[in-house]
Amino acid sequence: MAELTYRDAVAAGIAQEMARDESVVFLGEDVAAAGGVFKATVGLLDKFGPLRVRDCPISEQAILGAAMGAAMTGLKPIAEIMFSDFLAVCWDIVANEMAKMRYMTDGQVTMPVVIRTANGSGSRFGAQHSQALENWAMMIPGLKVVAPAFPADVKGLLAAAVRDPNPVLFFEQKSLYPMKGEVPDGEYVDELGKAKVLRHGKDCTIVALASMVHRSLDAAAILEKEHGISATVVDVRSLVPLDTQTILGEVAKTGRLFTVEENPRLCGWGAEIASIVADECFWSLDGPILRITTPHIPLPAADLLEDNTIPSIERIVREIREKMD
Amino acid sequence: MAISSKAKKASPEPDIGRETRLELYRLQLELRYCEKRAYDLFLQNLIKGTSHLSLGQEAIAAAFGVAMRPDDWTFCTYRGHAHTLARGASMEGVLGELMGRQCGLLGGKGGSMHLTDVAKGAMGSYAIIGAHLPIAAGAAWSAQYRGTKQVAVCFFGDGTTNIGAFHEALNFSVVWKLPVVFVCENNLYMEYTPISAVTAVPRPAADRAAAYGLPAIDVDGNDADEMYLTAMAAIEKARDGGGPSLIEARTYRHSGHSRADPAKYRPEGELEQWLKRDPVVTYRERLLKLGFNDPTLKDIETEVHRKVDAATATAKASALPLIADIEKNVWADGSAAWRN
Repeated sequence: MAELTYRDAVAAGIAQEMARDESVVFLGEDVAAAGGVFKATVGLLDKFGPLRVRDCPISEQAILGAAMGAAMTGLKPIAEIMFSDFLAVCWDIVANEMAKMRYMTDGQVTMPVVIRTANGSGSRFGAQHSQALENWAMMIPGLKVVAPAFPADVKGLLAAAVRDPNPVLFFEQKSLYPMKGEVPDGEYVDELGKAKVLRHGKDCTIVALASMVHRSLDAAAILEKEHGISATVVDVRSLVPLDTQTILGEVAKTGRLFTVEENPRLCGWGAEIASIVADECFWSLDGPILRITTPHIPLPAADLLEDNTIPSIERIVREIREKMD
Repeated sequence: MAISSKAKKASPEPDIGRETRLELYRLQLELRYCEKRAYDLFLQNLIKGTSHLSLGQEAIAAAFGVAMRPDDWTFCTYRGHAHTLARGASMEGVLGELMGRQCGLLGGKGGSMHLTDVAKGAMGSYAIIGAHLPIAAGAAWSAQYRGTKQVAVCFFGDGTTNIGAFHEALNFSVVWKLPVVFVCENNLYMEYTPISAVTAVPRPAADRAAAYGLPAIDVDGNDADEMYLTAMAAIEKARDGGGPSLIEARTYRHSGHSRADPAKYRPEGELEQWLKRDPVVTYRERLLKLGFNDPTLKDIETEVHRKVDAATATAKASALPLIADIEKNVWADGSAAWRN
């Protein structure tokens, strides 16, 4: 085990796959010579050369279109969209083209492409550079959606995404880039569609994603220590495929479900999970499901405002405690 | 590549061989007759949904179909029946898809606007304007990276030149020197509006070429010989590492934009003027002038009619798609599973 930052785990995951498979290529804005605006791809240009690690113009449609055309014809591109918010300018390629091509052609086309993107709040960048947009992708049939919370998951799930023959949208939480964690040495590949139970409790189950996983773990520790509430914490890790078996199993054990979501309220991923739990595990519930989310507003920039918009540890503790009373 | 369309118009280039010319004629006929059949089948309510016919524009797809290597790639638009057939996709596969039958190229899942035959290099018909230009660039990148000398050819309409993806793809392809040929079929109308009314320059593609350091190529899209020579030159340039080309082919669609459009916005007499320049009719006249026998051409016409009739019969006889297959082929493993 080596200790790596979340951002170094990105480069490690890409490097592992590029070293293994010559059909893996990497493109994006400022990703090669500059090593990425978040420094998550430093060293890849030196290691793999300018034919495989390519800087692009500010042309998101061209970047993802090129990735798609290359994927349809034998390459396995990894494309970076610098901020997930910019997906809006190339969403046609994602939602109408990549996601649907295989189905529309009844299986003639295979689309092994990964779109990596820096997602989420914490950097005080405001409403066009800080959104948590996993839900946009989750609602499109034909896209896999991954959002790791730990450096080891970054490397392992990124490797799994590259090896997956389907389009994968890989959301990196930008506030986690400096975070350190143990990452297995040598070749490391995880599995898409597996949630992880990070903490076992008996009173309630908290289901969270990306940065909300860390806040949920901290909240669970406080709930236990200060309020005698013992919480399970599940890191969803992958919204599509969704590991409903793990979630349903953990909710059945505790009888209570709380989702903690960075996204604005409406149609958040937690709503789908709440619906599945209500459908399939209703008689195991001991009380109502609660979704803890950002209010349904564009994200404000100032640190005080941002901190009071995204679910905080304190708010998670308070809302769970009130609901458990 | 310097293309002088005026020089070529005076007399057909002598270096187009007899067999190639017959191939060009046959292919144009296939596209014409099959498209007319598609229209007839609409009227019989055997084809549902919408459809965008290429009647009048056949010379462009046919010329590239003849000029391209079998492993080259075509990317086209929702007006793509002709371009898909021109790569050798089966006629029953095309008509079957339009009719929503099992024998359709896409098993009924795609329909008229998404015809694709990967085995023939027909890499998709794209129904969102502009999307396929960067996708074609990506295929060209794949060929460049793997050193296969394959070329991607991307067809689109005049309206596409006003969308962002056009400009992104052009710049990107030139900067990366990709083996891609962009072919603008300027049929004078973006859907229901004259292209001249909504475009800053008279020639929507050719006048934009300079912005990307490319020569302006402006050719008669109703002249199969001129299109063929233009296609050969652009493909050769791409294959030899010379980078992309942008071709503007002037043409005219004989019918409306789509099934729903009677094309009443066209000035009186315009269609009639263009019908005098019908690419299929004028090509036949040229072949006769060049000494081809009328019976030879008639034989080809009869064969193509038979082929269309046979394909129609096969498509009509084909079973409807299976409802059980609705959730098939979302993912590479054939499933639609999003949860465990």
